Amino acid sequence: MIRVQLPFHLTTLASCDAEIELEVAEPATALTVIEALERKYPTLQGAVLERETGRRRPKIRFFACKEDISHDAMSAPLPTKIADGSEPFMIVGAISGG
Amino acid sequence: MTKIRILAGTRKGAFILTSDAERKEWDIDGPHFGGWEIYHVAASPVNPDRIYASQTSDWFGQIIQRSDDGGKTWQQPGTPPGTPEPSQDNPPAESNKFAYDVSPKSGKPLTTHQWYDGTPHPWEFKRVWHIEPCHTDPDVVYAGVEDAALFKSTNGGENWFELAGLRGHSTGMEWQPGAGGMCLHTILLDKNYPDRIYVAISAAGAFRSDDGGITWRTITNGLVSDYIPDPTGEIGHCVHRLGMHPSNPDVLFMQKHWDVMRSDDRGENWHEISGNLPSDFGFPIAVHAHEPETVYVVPIKSDSEHYPPEGKLRVYRSRGGSNEWEALTNGLPQDNCYVNVLRDAMAIDTLDDCGIYFGTTGGQIYCSPDSGDNWITVAANLPAVLSVEVQTLK
Repeated sequence: MIRVQLPFHLTTLASCDAEIELEVAEPATALTVIEALERKYPTLQGAVLERETGRRRPKIRFFACKEDISHDAMSAPLPTKIADGSEPFMIVGAISGG
Repeated sequence: MTKIRILAGTRKGAFILTSDAERKEWDIDGPHFGGWEIYHVAASPVNPDRIYASQTSDWFGQIIQRSDDGGKTWQQPGTPPGTPEPSQDNPPAESNKFAYDVSPKSGKPLTTHQWYDGTPHPWEFKRVWHIEPCHTDPDVVYAGVEDAALFKSTNGGENWFELAGLRGHSTGMEWQPGAGGMCLHTILLDKNYPDRIYVAISAAGAFRSDDGGITWRTITNGLVSDYIPDPTGEIGHCVHRLGMHPSNPDVLFMQKHWDVMRSDDRGENWHEISGNLPSDFGFPIAVHAHEPETVYVVPIKSDSEHYPPEGKLRVYRSRGGSNEWEALTNGLPQDNCYVNVLRDAMAIDTLDDCGIYFGTTGGQIYCSPDSGDNWITVAANLPAVLSVEVQTLK
Protein backbone atom coordinates (compact mmCIF):
# COMPACT_ATOMS: atom_id res chain seq x y z
CA MET A 1 0.00 0.00 0.00
CA ILE A 2 1.40 3.35 -1.02
CA ARG A 3 0.64 6.46 0.98
CA VAL A 4 -0.03 9.58 -1.09
CA GLN A 5 -0.29 13.09 0.28
CA LEU A 6 -2.36 15.56 -1.71
CA PRO A 7 -2.51 19.36 -1.77
CA PHE A 8 -5.65 21.04 -0.47
CA HIS A 9 -7.24 21.75 -3.85
CA LEU A 10 -7.07 18.12 -4.88
CA THR A 11 -8.58 16.95 -1.62
CA THR A 12 -11.55 19.24 -2.21
CA LEU A 13 -11.87 18.06 -5.78
CA ALA A 14 -11.83 14.40 -4.77
CA SER A 15 -13.59 14.82 -1.43
CA CYS A 16 -10.84 12.83 0.25
CA ASP A 17 -8.39 13.15 3.10
CA ALA A 18 -5.04 14.87 2.73
CA GLU A 19 -3.37 11.47 2.88
CA ILE A 20 -4.79 8.47 1.08
CA GLU A 21 -3.63 4.94 0.41
CA LEU A 22 -3.41 3.31 -2.99
CA GLU A 23 -2.85 -0.23 -4.20
CA VAL A 24 -0.13 0.00 -6.83
CA ALA A 25 1.44 -2.92 -8.65
CA GLU A 26 5.17 -3.40 -8.28
CA PRO A 27 7.41 -1.80 -9.25
CA ALA A 28 5.61 1.37 -8.28
CA THR A 29 6.51 4.46 -10.29
CA ALA A 30 5.27 8.02 -10.27
CA LEU A 31 3.19 7.20 -13.32
CA THR A 32 1.57 4.10 -11.86
CA VAL A 33 0.82 5.98 -8.65
CA ILE A 34 -0.93 8.77 -10.57
CA GLU A 35 -2.78 6.24 -12.69
CA ALA A 36 -3.97 4.48 -9.54
CA LEU A 37 -4.93 7.83 -8.06
CA GLU A 38 -7.04 8.72 -11.09
CA ARG A 39 -8.70 5.31 -11.10
CA LYS A 40 -9.71 5.61 -7.47
CA TYR A 41 -10.67 9.27 -7.76
CA PRO A 42 -11.91 9.92 -11.31
CA THR A 43 -12.55 13.57 -10.55
CA LEU A 44 -8.77 14.05 -10.42
CA GLN A 45 -8.26 13.02 -14.04
CA GLY A 46 -6.16 15.68 -15.70
CA ALA A 47 -5.49 17.60 -12.50
CA VAL A 48 -2.00 16.22 -11.92
CA LEU A 49 -0.94 15.19 -15.41
CA GLU A 50 -2.06 17.16 -18.45
CA ARG A 51 -4.73 15.26 -20.35
CA GLU A 52 -3.34 15.96 -23.78
CA THR A 53 0.34 15.34 -23.18
CA GLY A 54 0.44 13.15 -20.08
CA ARG A 55 3.09 15.49 -18.68
CA ARG A 56 3.18 16.60 -15.08
CA ARG A 57 1.55 19.99 -14.77
CA PRO A 58 4.19 22.73 -14.53
CA LYS A 59 3.23 23.91 -11.05
CA ILE A 60 3.08 20.45 -9.51
CA ARG A 61 6.00 18.64 -7.92
CA PHE A 62 6.53 15.11 -6.67
CA PHE A 63 8.51 14.67 -3.45
CA ALA A 64 9.73 11.36 -2.06
CA CYS A 65 11.96 10.73 0.97
CA LYS A 66 12.91 14.42 1.19
CA GLU A 67 13.91 14.53 -2.46
CA ASP A 68 12.28 16.37 -5.35
CA ILE A 69 11.83 13.62 -7.89
CA SER A 70 9.73 15.70 -10.26
CA HIS A 71 12.31 15.57 -12.99
CA ASP A 72 13.00 11.86 -12.73
CA ALA A 73 11.48 9.67 -15.40
CA MET A 74 7.83 8.97 -14.66
CA SER A 75 8.61 5.31 -15.24
CA ALA A 76 11.48 5.19 -12.72
CA PRO A 77 10.86 2.90 -9.73
CA LEU A 78 10.08 4.83 -6.56
CA PRO A 79 12.30 4.48 -3.47
CA THR A 80 11.73 1.40 -1.34
CA LYS A 81 10.37 3.44 1.56
CA ILE A 82 7.68 4.83 -0.73
CA ALA A 83 6.87 1.42 -2.15
CA ASP A 84 6.52 -0.18 1.29
CA GLY A 85 4.45 2.69 2.68
CA SER A 86 6.87 3.84 5.35
CA GLU A 87 7.22 7.23 3.63
CA PRO A 88 4.51 9.12 1.70
CA PHE A 89 4.61 10.02 -1.95
CA MET A 90 3.89 13.74 -1.93
CA ILE A 91 2.06 15.62 -4.67
CA VAL A 92 2.83 19.27 -4.04
CA GLY A 93 1.47 22.47 -5.56
CA ALA A 94 3.97 25.28 -6.06
CA ILE A 95 3.78 27.87 -3.32
CA SER A 96 2.29 31.18 -4.29
CA GLY A 97 1.52 34.43 -2.57
CA GLY A 98 -1.83 36.16 -2.60
CA MET B 1 -43.03 33.20 -5.10
CA THR B 2 -40.57 35.01 -7.31
CA LYS B 3 -36.95 34.61 -6.29
CA ILE B 4 -33.75 36.16 -7.56
CA ARG B 5 -30.56 34.13 -7.61
CA ILE B 6 -27.15 35.65 -8.27
CA LEU B 7 -24.41 33.31 -9.47
CA ALA B 8 -21.05 34.88 -8.69
CA GLY B 9 -17.67 33.56 -9.73
CA THR B 10 -14.71 34.86 -7.75
CA ARG B 11 -10.97 34.38 -7.41
CA LYS B 12 -11.54 32.04 -4.49
CA GLY B 13 -14.76 30.22 -5.16
CA ALA B 14 -18.37 30.53 -6.28
CA PHE B 15 -21.13 32.19 -4.30
CA ILE B 16 -24.88 31.91 -4.71
CA LEU B 17 -26.91 34.82 -3.39
CA THR B 18 -30.68 34.71 -3.15
CA SER B 19 -33.44 37.17 -2.39
CA ASP B 20 -37.13 37.65 -2.91
CA ALA B 21 -38.48 40.09 -5.48
CA GLU B 22 -37.86 43.03 -3.17
CA ARG B 23 -34.11 42.41 -3.52
CA LYS B 24 -33.33 44.07 -0.20
CA GLU B 25 -32.33 41.10 1.96
CA TRP B 26 -29.88 38.59 0.58
CA ASP B 27 -28.70 35.19 1.71
CA ILE B 28 -25.16 34.30 0.72
CA ASP B 29 -24.25 30.67 0.17
CA GLY B 30 -20.62 29.75 -0.37
CA PRO B 31 -17.87 29.52 -1.10
CA HIS B 32 -18.42 26.59 -3.39
CA PHE B 33 -15.09 25.18 -4.60
CA GLY B 34 -13.28 27.31 -2.02
CA GLY B 35 -9.83 28.40 -3.07
CA TRP B 36 -10.42 27.75 -6.77
CA GLU B 37 -10.82 30.44 -9.38
CA ILE B 38 -14.37 30.38 -10.71
CA TYR B 39 -14.35 32.25 -13.97
CA HIS B 40 -18.03 31.89 -14.75
CA VAL B 41 -21.22 30.35 -13.41
CA ALA B 42 -24.19 30.20 -15.78
CA ALA B 43 -27.61 28.58 -15.66
CA SER B 44 -29.71 27.02 -18.38
CA PRO B 45 -32.56 29.31 -19.46
CA VAL B 46 -34.83 26.27 -19.89
CA ASN B 47 -33.91 24.43 -16.71
CA PRO B 48 -32.95 26.98 -14.06
CA ASP B 49 -31.77 24.29 -11.66
CA ARG B 50 -29.09 23.26 -14.12
CA ILE B 51 -26.05 25.41 -13.51
CA TYR B 52 -22.62 25.12 -15.08
CA ALA B 53 -19.42 26.43 -13.50
CA SER B 54 -15.93 26.90 -14.84
CA GLN B 55 -13.54 25.98 -12.04
CA THR B 56 -9.95 26.63 -12.98
CA SER B 57 -6.45 26.74 -11.59
CA ASP B 58 -3.00 27.54 -12.89
CA TRP B 59 -1.87 24.56 -10.85
CA PHE B 60 -4.46 21.88 -11.44
CA GLY B 61 -6.09 22.81 -14.73
CA GLN B 62 -9.67 23.12 -15.86
CA ILE B 63 -12.68 21.56 -14.19
CA ILE B 64 -16.26 21.80 -15.41
CA GLN B 65 -18.81 21.49 -12.63
CA ARG B 66 -22.55 21.04 -13.03
CA SER B 67 -25.42 21.28 -10.62
CA ASP B 68 -28.88 19.91 -11.32
CA ASP B 69 -30.47 21.20 -8.14
CA GLY B 70 -29.92 24.93 -8.31
CA GLY B 71 -26.43 24.90 -6.87
CA LYS B 72 -26.98 22.75 -3.78
CA THR B 73 -24.81 19.91 -5.03
CA TRP B 74 -22.26 19.72 -7.80
CA GLN B 75 -20.55 17.10 -9.89
CA GLN B 76 -18.20 16.90 -12.79
CA PRO B 77 -20.50 15.92 -15.68
CA GLY B 78 -20.16 12.20 -16.28
CA THR B 79 -18.35 11.68 -13.01
CA PRO B 80 -20.95 11.65 -10.25
CA PRO B 81 -19.87 10.71 -6.74
CA GLY B 82 -19.23 7.01 -6.47
CA THR B 83 -18.27 6.64 -10.10
CA PRO B 84 -16.63 3.24 -10.52
CA GLU B 85 -13.11 2.90 -11.78
CA PRO B 86 -12.86 3.48 -15.52
CA SER B 87 -12.87 0.40 -17.68
CA GLN B 88 -13.51 -0.57 -21.28
CA ASP B 89 -17.23 -0.49 -20.60
CA ASN B 90 -16.95 2.58 -18.44
CA PRO B 91 -14.49 4.94 -20.14
CA PRO B 92 -13.08 7.86 -18.20
CA ALA B 93 -15.20 10.98 -18.18
CA GLU B 94 -14.01 13.77 -20.43
CA SER B 95 -15.88 16.77 -19.07
CA ASN B 96 -12.59 18.57 -18.50
CA LYS B 97 -11.08 17.70 -21.86
CA PHE B 98 -10.91 20.58 -24.32
CA ALA B 99 -8.92 19.28 -27.27
CA TYR B 100 -8.36 21.55 -30.24
CA ASP B 101 -9.64 20.01 -33.44
CA VAL B 102 -6.68 19.42 -35.73
CA SER B 103 -8.38 16.91 -37.98
CA PRO B 104 -8.21 17.54 -41.72
CA LYS B 105 -11.99 17.48 -41.98
CA SER B 106 -12.21 20.54 -39.77
CA GLY B 107 -10.87 22.53 -42.69
CA LYS B 108 -7.73 24.39 -41.87
CA PRO B 109 -6.23 23.02 -38.69
CA LEU B 110 -4.10 25.65 -37.10
CA THR B 111 -1.01 24.99 -35.09
CA THR B 112 0.00 28.52 -34.20
CA HIS B 113 -1.28 32.00 -33.56
CA GLN B 114 0.85 35.05 -32.92
CA TRP B 115 2.51 35.63 -29.58
CA TYR B 116 2.86 39.04 -27.96
CA ASP B 117 6.09 39.64 -29.89
CA GLY B 118 4.56 38.62 -33.19
CA THR B 119 6.24 35.23 -33.38
CA PRO B 120 4.24 32.06 -34.02
CA HIS B 121 3.02 30.40 -30.83
CA PRO B 122 1.29 27.05 -30.48
CA TRP B 123 -2.35 26.96 -29.43
CA GLU B 124 -2.49 25.83 -25.83
CA PHE B 125 -5.66 25.33 -23.83
CA LYS B 126 -5.56 27.20 -20.52
CA ARG B 127 -9.08 27.69 -19.19
CA VAL B 128 -12.75 28.24 -19.86
CA TRP B 129 -13.59 31.92 -19.55
CA HIS B 130 -17.27 31.85 -20.40
CA ILE B 131 -20.09 29.32 -20.45
CA GLU B 132 -23.21 29.97 -22.52
CA PRO B 133 -26.06 27.49 -22.09
CA CYS B 134 -28.43 27.06 -25.03
CA HIS B 135 -31.83 28.77 -25.01
CA THR B 136 -33.74 25.60 -25.85
CA ASP B 137 -31.87 22.52 -24.64
CA PRO B 138 -30.33 22.24 -21.17
CA ASP B 139 -27.84 19.66 -22.43
CA VAL B 140 -26.43 21.99 -25.07
CA VAL B 141 -23.85 24.44 -23.84
CA TYR B 142 -21.02 26.47 -25.35
CA ALA B 143 -17.67 27.31 -23.80
CA GLY B 144 -15.33 30.12 -24.74
CA VAL B 145 -11.74 29.26 -23.92
CA GLU B 146 -8.19 30.56 -23.79
CA ASP B 147 -6.32 30.17 -26.18
CA ALA B 148 -9.27 31.44 -28.12
CA ALA B 149 -11.64 28.81 -29.40
CA LEU B 150 -15.30 27.91 -29.14
CA PHE B 151 -16.33 24.53 -27.80
CA LYS B 152 -19.76 22.92 -27.63
CA SER B 153 -21.27 20.11 -25.61
CA THR B 154 -24.51 18.37 -26.47
CA ASN B 155 -24.63 16.10 -23.43
CA GLY B 156 -24.63 18.45 -20.49
CA GLY B 157 -20.90 19.04 -20.45
CA GLU B 158 -19.77 15.40 -20.40
CA ASN B 159 -17.88 15.83 -23.65
CA TRP B 160 -16.77 18.87 -25.61
CA PHE B 161 -15.90 19.36 -29.25
CA GLU B 162 -14.48 22.39 -30.94
CA LEU B 163 -16.36 24.45 -33.51
CA ALA B 164 -13.12 24.68 -35.40
CA GLY B 165 -14.31 26.89 -38.20
CA LEU B 166 -13.74 29.87 -35.95
CA ARG B 167 -10.02 29.27 -35.49
CA GLY B 168 -9.95 28.23 -39.12
CA HIS B 169 -10.98 31.72 -40.16
CA SER B 170 -8.51 33.14 -42.64
CA THR B 171 -7.18 35.52 -40.00
CA GLY B 172 -6.67 32.88 -37.29
CA MET B 173 -2.92 32.64 -37.58
CA GLU B 174 -2.65 36.41 -37.05
CA TRP B 175 -4.63 36.58 -33.80
CA GLN B 176 -2.67 37.89 -30.84
CA PRO B 177 -3.42 37.80 -27.10
CA GLY B 178 -4.33 40.81 -25.02
CA ALA B 179 -2.77 41.35 -21.62
CA GLY B 180 -5.21 38.92 -20.03
CA GLY B 181 -4.44 36.19 -22.53
CA MET B 182 -6.03 35.30 -25.83
CA CYS B 183 -9.46 34.52 -24.52
CA LEU B 184 -12.83 33.96 -26.09
CA HIS B 185 -14.88 35.68 -23.43
CA THR B 186 -18.22 36.56 -24.98
CA ILE B 187 -20.80 34.29 -26.60
CA LEU B 188 -24.19 35.63 -27.70
CA LEU B 189 -26.87 33.28 -28.98
CA ASP B 190 -29.72 34.75 -31.00
CA LYS B 191 -32.98 33.25 -29.71
CA ASN B 192 -34.77 34.24 -32.88
CA TYR B 193 -32.23 32.75 -35.24
CA PRO B 194 -30.82 29.62 -33.59
CA ASP B 195 -27.93 29.22 -36.01
CA ARG B 196 -26.61 32.71 -35.31
CA ILE B 197 -23.75 32.98 -32.83
CA TYR B 198 -21.61 36.00 -31.94
CA VAL B 199 -18.28 35.72 -30.17
CA ALA B 200 -15.66 38.20 -29.06
CA ILE B 201 -11.98 37.52 -28.54
CA SER B 202 -9.30 39.60 -26.89
CA ALA B 203 -7.51 40.79 -28.89
CA ALA B 204 -8.70 39.35 -32.17
CA GLY B 205 -12.06 41.11 -32.40
CA ALA B 206 -15.66 40.05 -32.98
CA PHE B 207 -17.07 37.32 -35.18
CA ARG B 208 -20.47 36.09 -36.30
CA SER B 209 -21.65 32.74 -37.55
CA ASP B 210 -24.99 32.29 -39.30
CA ASP B 211 -24.72 28.52 -39.64
CA GLY B 212 -24.36 27.26 -36.10
CA GLY B 213 -20.65 27.85 -35.83
CA ILE B 214 -19.43 26.15 -39.00
CA THR B 215 -18.28 29.30 -40.78
CA TRP B 216 -17.49 32.71 -39.38
CA ARG B 217 -17.00 36.27 -40.53
CA THR B 218 -15.39 39.19 -38.81
CA ILE B 219 -17.78 41.93 -37.72
CA THR B 220 -15.41 44.80 -37.12
CA ASN B 221 -16.24 47.38 -39.78
CA GLY B 222 -16.33 50.77 -38.12
CA LEU B 223 -14.13 49.87 -35.19
CA VAL B 224 -11.11 52.12 -34.71
CA SER B 225 -8.29 51.03 -32.41
CA ASP B 226 -5.28 53.28 -32.27
CA TYR B 227 -3.24 50.67 -30.39
CA ILE B 228 -2.89 48.37 -33.40
CA PRO B 229 -0.80 48.96 -36.52
CA ASP B 230 -3.86 49.33 -38.73
CA PRO B 231 -6.46 51.07 -36.54
CA THR B 232 -9.32 50.07 -38.84
CA GLY B 233 -8.05 46.60 -39.68
CA GLU B 234 -10.18 43.50 -39.87
CA ILE B 235 -8.72 42.01 -36.68
CA GLY B 236 -6.73 43.09 -33.64
CA HIS B 237 -9.50 45.05 -31.92
CA CYS B 238 -9.70 44.32 -28.22
CA VAL B 239 -13.43 43.83 -27.83
CA HIS B 240 -14.29 43.61 -24.15
CA ARG B 241 -17.93 42.67 -24.27
CA LEU B 242 -21.01 42.51 -26.51
CA GLY B 243 -24.62 43.09 -25.49
CA MET B 244 -27.90 42.32 -27.22
CA HIS B 245 -31.58 42.50 -26.37
CA PRO B 246 -33.50 39.38 -27.38
CA SER B 247 -36.40 41.37 -28.81
CA ASN B 248 -34.16 43.38 -31.08
CA PRO B 249 -31.35 41.00 -32.03
CA ASP B 250 -30.11 42.96 -35.02
CA VAL B 251 -28.86 45.67 -32.65
CA LEU B 252 -25.61 44.99 -30.84
CA PHE B 253 -23.77 47.04 -28.28
CA MET B 254 -20.04 46.78 -27.62
CA GLN B 255 -17.68 47.90 -24.89
CA LYS B 256 -14.31 47.96 -26.57
CA HIS B 257 -10.90 48.48 -24.99
CA TRP B 258 -11.66 52.10 -25.71
CA ASP B 259 -15.00 53.20 -27.20
CA VAL B 260 -18.59 52.17 -26.66
CA MET B 261 -20.06 51.09 -29.98
CA ARG B 262 -23.39 50.24 -31.56
CA SER B 263 -24.38 48.23 -34.60
CA ASP B 264 -27.85 48.17 -36.13
CA ASP B 265 -27.14 45.43 -38.64
CA ARG B 266 -25.88 42.37 -36.73
CA GLY B 267 -22.38 43.73 -36.47
CA GLU B 268 -21.85 44.52 -40.14
CA ASN B 269 -21.19 48.17 -39.31
CA TRP B 270 -20.45 49.92 -36.05
CA HIS B 271 -20.63 53.51 -34.89
CA GLU B 272 -19.46 55.06 -31.68
CA ILE B 273 -21.91 56.07 -28.95
CA SER B 274 -19.42 57.04 -26.23
CA GLY B 275 -20.91 60.56 -26.17
CA ASN B 276 -20.57 62.27 -22.81
CA LEU B 277 -19.11 59.34 -20.85
CA PRO B 278 -16.28 60.45 -18.56
CA SER B 279 -14.21 57.63 -20.06
CA ASP B 280 -15.12 55.22 -22.81
CA PHE B 281 -12.77 52.56 -21.50
CA GLY B 282 -14.43 49.77 -19.55
CA PHE B 283 -15.28 46.10 -19.56
CA PRO B 284 -18.96 45.12 -19.17
CA ILE B 285 -22.00 46.30 -21.09
CA ALA B 286 -25.59 45.27 -20.41
CA VAL B 287 -29.02 45.93 -21.90
CA HIS B 288 -32.18 46.56 -19.88
CA ALA B 289 -34.56 43.60 -19.74
CA HIS B 290 -37.56 45.47 -21.11
CA GLU B 291 -36.10 48.49 -22.86
CA PRO B 292 -34.00 47.33 -25.81
CA GLU B 293 -32.51 50.79 -26.26
CA THR B 294 -31.40 51.22 -22.64
CA VAL B 295 -27.77 50.32 -22.12
CA TYR B 296 -25.45 50.26 -19.10
CA VAL B 297 -21.66 50.59 -18.85
CA VAL B 298 -19.17 51.19 -16.04
CA PRO B 299 -16.50 53.66 -17.17
CA ILE B 300 -12.96 52.93 -16.08
CA LYS B 301 -10.33 55.67 -16.14
CA SER B 302 -7.95 54.13 -18.65
CA ASP B 303 -6.29 50.98 -19.88
CA SER B 304 -3.36 51.69 -17.57
CA GLU B 305 -5.48 52.64 -14.56
CA HIS B 306 -8.13 50.02 -14.07
CA TYR B 307 -10.28 51.99 -11.63
CA PRO B 308 -13.17 54.45 -11.91
CA PRO B 309 -12.48 58.07 -12.88
CA GLU B 310 -12.10 60.37 -9.86
CA GLY B 311 -12.48 57.41 -7.51
CA LYS B 312 -16.25 57.48 -8.07
CA LEU B 313 -17.99 54.22 -8.89
CA ARG B 314 -20.61 55.20 -11.44
CA VAL B 315 -22.78 53.14 -13.69
CA TYR B 316 -23.81 55.05 -16.79
CA ARG B 317 -27.14 54.55 -18.52
CA SER B 318 -28.14 55.57 -22.02
CA ARG B 319 -31.89 55.51 -22.51
CA GLY B 320 -31.64 55.68 -26.26
CA GLY B 321 -28.65 53.47 -26.86
CA SER B 322 -26.91 56.57 -28.15
CA ASN B 323 -24.48 59.30 -27.13
CA GLU B 324 -26.46 60.63 -24.17
CA TRP B 325 -25.44 59.03 -20.88
CA GLU B 326 -26.49 59.70 -17.29
CA ALA B 327 -24.51 58.81 -14.19
CA LEU B 328 -26.18 56.44 -11.72
CA THR B 329 -24.59 56.92 -8.33
CA ASN B 330 -27.16 56.70 -5.56
CA GLY B 331 -25.87 54.07 -3.16
CA LEU B 332 -22.51 53.57 -4.87
CA PRO B 333 -19.23 54.80 -3.32
CA GLN B 334 -18.41 58.28 -4.60
CA ASP B 335 -15.00 58.79 -3.10
CA ASN B 336 -11.80 56.79 -2.85
CA CYS B 337 -13.15 53.87 -4.83
CA TYR B 338 -10.53 52.15 -6.93
CA VAL B 339 -12.04 48.82 -7.90
CA ASN B 340 -12.60 47.44 -11.37
CA VAL B 341 -15.64 45.75 -12.86
CA LEU B 342 -14.69 42.88 -15.14
CA ARG B 343 -16.34 42.01 -18.43
CA ASP B 344 -18.50 39.14 -17.21
CA ALA B 345 -19.43 40.78 -13.93
CA MET B 346 -22.62 42.64 -14.88
CA ALA B 347 -26.08 41.18 -15.33
CA ILE B 348 -29.78 41.96 -15.21
CA ASP B 349 -32.92 40.32 -13.88
CA THR B 350 -36.22 40.26 -15.74
CA LEU B 351 -38.61 41.57 -13.09
CA ASP B 352 -40.85 44.41 -14.23
CA ASP B 353 -38.61 47.07 -12.72
CA CYS B 354 -35.46 45.33 -14.01
CA GLY B 355 -32.70 44.78 -11.51
CA ILE B 356 -29.13 45.64 -12.51
CA TYR B 357 -26.23 43.84 -10.82
CA PHE B 358 -22.47 44.02 -10.92
CA GLY B 359 -19.48 42.73 -8.98
CA THR B 360 -16.12 44.36 -8.40
CA THR B 361 -12.54 43.30 -8.02
CA GLY B 362 -12.87 44.59 -4.46
CA GLY B 363 -15.34 41.85 -3.65
CA GLN B 364 -18.53 43.89 -3.63
CA ILE B 365 -21.73 42.97 -5.40
CA TYR B 366 -24.21 45.77 -5.97
CA CYS B 367 -27.84 45.58 -7.00
CA SER B 368 -30.19 48.21 -8.29
CA PRO B 369 -33.80 47.01 -8.03
CA ASP B 370 -35.07 49.95 -10.10
CA SER B 371 -33.18 49.97 -13.38
CA GLY B 372 -30.17 51.75 -11.93
CA ASP B 373 -31.69 54.68 -10.04
CA ASN B 374 -30.72 53.35 -6.60
CA TRP B 375 -28.17 50.80 -5.50
CA ILE B 376 -27.72 48.54 -2.50
CA THR B 377 -24.75 46.51 -1.43
CA VAL B 378 -25.58 42.83 -1.70
CA ALA B 379 -22.18 41.60 -0.54
CA ALA B 380 -19.28 43.70 0.69
CA ASN B 381 -16.35 41.42 1.30
CA LEU B 382 -16.20 38.58 -1.18
CA PRO B 383 -13.03 37.67 -3.05
CA ALA B 384 -12.47 39.58 -6.27
CA VAL B 385 -15.55 39.05 -8.41
CA LEU B 386 -14.89 37.63 -11.86
CA SER B 387 -18.43 37.08 -13.05
CA VAL B 388 -22.04 37.76 -12.15
CA GLU B 389 -25.12 36.11 -13.62
CA VAL B 390 -28.68 36.53 -12.39
CA GLN B 391 -31.64 34.21 -12.52
CA THR B 392 -35.25 35.34 -12.16
CA LEU B 393 -37.04 32.35 -10.72
CA LYS B 394 -40.84 32.36 -10.87
